[in-house]
Amino acid sequence: MNTLLAQTEQVGNTGLNLAIFGAFVAVTMVFVLRAGKKNKSASDMYTAGAAFTGRQNGIAISGDYLSAASFLGIAGAIALTGYDGFLYSVGFLVAWVIALLLVAELLRNTGRYTMADVLAFRMRERPVRTAAATSTLIVSFFYLLAQMAGAGGLVALLMNITDRTGQSLVIAAVGALMITYVLIGGMRGTTYVQIIKAILLIGGALLMTVWVLAKFGMNFSELLGAGADKGALLEPGAKYGKSNLTKLDFISLALALVLGTAGLPHILMRFYTVPTAKEARKSVVWAIWLIGVFYLLTLTLGYGAAAMVGPDRIAAAPGAANSAAPLLAYELGGTLLLGLISAVAFATILAVVAGLTITASASFAHDIYASVIHKGNAPAGSEVRVARISAVVVGVIAILGGIAANGQNIAFLVALAFAVAASANLPTILYSLFWKRFNTRGCLWSIYGGLTITVVLIAFSPAVSGNATAMFPDSDWSWFPLANPGLVSIPASFLLGFIGTITSPEHLEYKAAEMEVRSLTGAGAEGKALEH
Amino acid sequence: MSRADGQRSTLPPPTPNEAKYLAVLASPEFQDLRRRYRRWVLPVTVASLLWYFLYVILAAYATGFMSVRVVGNINVGLVLGLLQFVTTFGVTWAYVRYADRVLDPRSSRIREEMEAEGLL
Repeated sequence: MNTLLAQTEQVGNTGLNLAIFGAFVAVTMVFVLRAGKKNKSASDMYTAGAAFTGRQNGIAISGDYLSAASFLGIAGAIALTGYDGFLYSVGFLVAWVIALLLVAELLRNTGRYTMADVLAFRMRERPVRTAAATSTLIVSFFYLLAQMAGAGGLVALLMNITDRTGQSLVIAAVGALMITYVLIGGMRGTTYVQIIKAILLIGGALLMTVWVLAKFGMNFSELLGAGADKGALLEPGAKYGKSNLTKLDFISLALALVLGTAGLPHILMRFYTVPTAKEARKSVVWAIWLIGVFYLLTLTLGYGAAAMVGPDRIAAAPGAANSAAPLLAYELGGTLLLGLISAVAFATILAVVAGLTITASASFAHDIYASVIHKGNAPAGSEVRVARISAVVVGVIAILGGIAANGQNIAFLVALAFAVAASANLPTILYSLFWKRFNTRGCLWSIYGGLTITVVLIAFSPAVSGNATAMFPDSDWSWFPLANPGLVSIPASFLLGFIGTITSPEHLEYKAAEMEVRSLTGAGAEGKALEH
Repeated sequence: MSRADGQRSTLPPPTPNEAKYLAVLASPEFQDLRRRYRRWVLPVTVASLLWYFLYVILAAYATGFMSVRVVGNINVGLVLGLLQFVTTFGVTWAYVRYADRVLDPRSSRIREEMEAEGLL
């Protein structure tokens, strides 16, 4: 699919869009600069000294989680395919039950900076950290790619920049701004950006929802009817109901969505920015309420866009499905509302990309540089320096990847990140928190096995080659029938973790006992740095 | 601390620090906390996932049923989808209540005892 060549429809005022976005950058930069003054240690850089409250962190989590794919992607999917777009929202929300009940608090109690901390607690540190960092970097990369590719399409719509060079320059500018935020503000500054963005995003969606409903006499049923008349189906099946294969594909996607969230490294890292497990619990509760309410709003926005803009106009606009929400804003409140919503969408991309960058750089600096290369004895201050350098490297890779992936299907890239997170990360996290026999071999088999199976199945899936909507539409090397590998890769990874564990003689009874006591009581983790 | 060789089936005797954690793990108070935590979260997680997959399977394979209108343009599919939101919010509310009332007092007590014994 090439949305770049689609016929351009000039909406809004580029100058105004830029001015509103500029104001957002100016306000957040003040917070980032103030936060930057406190950034000295690795703990400041990665987790803001674990000093945020549950409420602040919960709002920031929703800011981190509600990416451009959620806002623009889901509203667009509902506007174009109706009910099937809503299925994403349900999976993205229900997934938080696992994060709340099984992961957030135990993770907070047993780790300090990264996902690898939890795994390395009782297992052989260097191989396990290397594996966890590898999968963290791969998930972050796919997720970053999706966000940066989304920026390109958005630019086409908002600034009326339709040539590829111009869009590439804007992607580079967004990336450079994000690197600045991360370098100056660290986790503290990034968190403020996410909080401001979450408030703007949810506030903007709420405003548009009330506005849309008012146009239909505050009658939701009438709005649905008007959307359905234009082609946004009220019943499932428009996208996934075509054949038995698409139905199975949908089940596979649903599995990856619901199990992927609690394995996303940038979400896991946010649990470390609060001081206690109880605050981590409060964070997730805030996040669940905000995310749930937001997805309810996107339902109205999607059908509203179908009813008021029309699927045909959305599909023909630059950015296609991703332009549904901005076009609806223009239809409702003209240039000004479009400018506001556009700035919010940009802020969304910026904040999510910053969160991912800090996660990837922390994982490299803390897990690979400090723990694997220097075995925990890195020269003083060097870890933070390495983290800053890796943030720049990750940012540059994201910019280049985003330019290359400009025009690719964003939802596919995000689903890919979720599939890798659900296959490579979640099984090892759950095993290490709930199964005391789990050991190094099981962990390595599960991470590397899950990672390899997922990436190989995707490479040979119809999403990559063999049909008109694929990444390489003109070649065909696909043999795996499903676009999403979750149905195979997730059970396989659990199985590999199990077999690897029971075939290894390694018993870690004492460390497992300490880890279990700490995970449930918070002993040794609250209020002070964890030594292990 | 080096853990490079792991621990074999013939375990060396635990260090004094490790022995303290083993003692806490074996204590009736900790076993009680662990049981109360797992007895709540594991069944609720499984039930939530089964309920979610029931919805997903209905959406994929029972489109006729999902299209039945309930009120106006609101059909069974939409009601079931919104019920997923309701149950997620409900589980969240119930877990916080349970954790505040049942889990937190017990875990704090164990942690304070450990601190008093100088284990941390």
